[in-house]
Amino acid sequence: MSFLSLSLSLIFVLIPLALSKTLNLGLEKDTFVATIRSIIQLLAVGYILTFVFESGSYLFIILMVALMIGAATHNAQKKGVSIRGIIWKLVLTFLFIEVLTQAILLGFQITPPTAQYIIPISGMVVGNSMVLSILFLNRFTSEIQSRQKETELLLSLGGTPKQAIHLPLIQSIKASLIPTIESQKTIGLVQLPGMMSGQIIAGADPIQAVQFQLLILFLLLTTAAVTSIMLGFLSYPTLFNERMQMLKIKTGE
Amino acid sequence: MQQANVLTGKAAIELNHVSYSDEGLDIIKDVSGSLPEGKITTFVGPSGAGKTTIFRLLNGLISPTKGDIQLFGENIQTIEPTTLRRTVGIALQDATMLRGSVYKNLAMPKTLQNQELKKEEAEHLLTQVGLDASFLHRDVTDLSGGQRQKVSIARTLVNHPKVLLLDEITSSLDRVSTSDIEHLIQHINKEFAVTIAWITHNLDQALLIGDYTWVMMNGELIESGSTDVLKNPVNPRIQEFVKGEWQ
Repeated sequence: MSFLSLSLSLIFVLIPLALSKTLNLGLEKDTFVATIRSIIQLLAVGYILTFVFESGSYLFIILMVALMIGAATHNAQKKGVSIRGIIWKLVLTFLFIEVLTQAILLGFQITPPTAQYIIPISGMVVGNSMVLSILFLNRFTSEIQSRQKETELLLSLGGTPKQAIHLPLIQSIKASLIPTIESQKTIGLVQLPGMMSGQIIAGADPIQAVQFQLLILFLLLTTAAVTSIMLGFLSYPTLFNERMQMLKIKTGE
Repeated sequence: MQQANVLTGKAAIELNHVSYSDEGLDIIKDVSGSLPEGKITTFVGPSGAGKTTIFRLLNGLISPTKGDIQLFGENIQTIEPTTLRRTVGIALQDATMLRGSVYKNLAMPKTLQNQELKKEEAEHLLTQVGLDASFLHRDVTDLSGGQRQKVSIARTLVNHPKVLLLDEITSSLDRVSTSDIEHLIQHINKEFAVTIAWITHNLDQALLIGDYTWVMMNGELIESGSTDVLKNPVNPRIQEFVKGEWQ
């Protein structure tokens, strides 16, 4: 795509700007800022990726992944303020899922050990893991609050924290996994996934693009399950003290 | 205002200068007293006096900020929490139910220990609390307030507690159900020598079923002793409270 074509694509920004102005939606400034930010961020990433790909250094790959994990943690921790040490729990979860997926991909030589593969796949894995973490933490916090009486009842009957929190924990894990599973059921029927579409537009063989997309879908299933479960089991003990008493949940973000 | 503990005999539970604060608020203030073993002690006092907080302290759901609580001579802070909560059972005013059947609720204390509650045992428990055995497979959403309270008591009894804490368990019941529960608790107390602590707003009930009583106000234990405390109060604060309750 030439820069002229890219410039012409700004028509798609002018349409919502015009609509917002006409209908007094007051979204002109936000739309403008979002457009400028996306241009700067993506162009910067483009140049950084070009540099990293050309350098072939694993140090830069690690730095890129670390940056992704840092940004994902910063974004997701706002939903888990009521859980003590949430930042380190998130970092550990993202790190584990990244190491696990790359170990399988590189270990079985499913993808080559180059920056072109490691960085985009890491982006998808960590990004998906971040969304799952937000979904899980949101649901878990509200489940704990709405089921507080049941949790205390189970403690009062002689249950351990793990037994008392079992139902809210399982419900939250299930609820956070549903969107991933449901979207995979309709994939290809309702929407063509972004990565596959991108490859086809760039001229790749559609079957090859589908094979890669399937790899990513399976990868994301593991990411989703491991993220929710790991984060859940890392988080629940911090809701209780050593006397198996439920600690107060801090509300608000 | 703290009175000396006038209860005699062996204590199942003893509180020594117990205080409890939450978010800077003093909820229990330097309470010392005891629950005599094998007896029924009623807890009376206005709302917000700290009675339920005392029960939560005894069941180990919270810990004292100051002071200590002894259960049969052992500091409860040294007792493994699950053991403590099975030994000191609690039935709360709102009779929280777990979603599902009556059986699921009754079996829960056993389930938590990876054990099974036999159907016959569950039916026996139901009849003990005055419910027909046919209730076993009913969904808890189909139960009335009184029936839920009876199931809640039966569920607590599954652990065979040595001390049973009852928090206003008859406040939502009609006269007949209240009387059933009173007889049941007296039966459990006599038959199994279970020490009972019972929070009630009903002074008639406190006099009828209690061997002893604690009068609490504003987080303090104003007086403890025989139920005569309620019949002929000496303390002016208790006089005022009792007068208000009888009216």
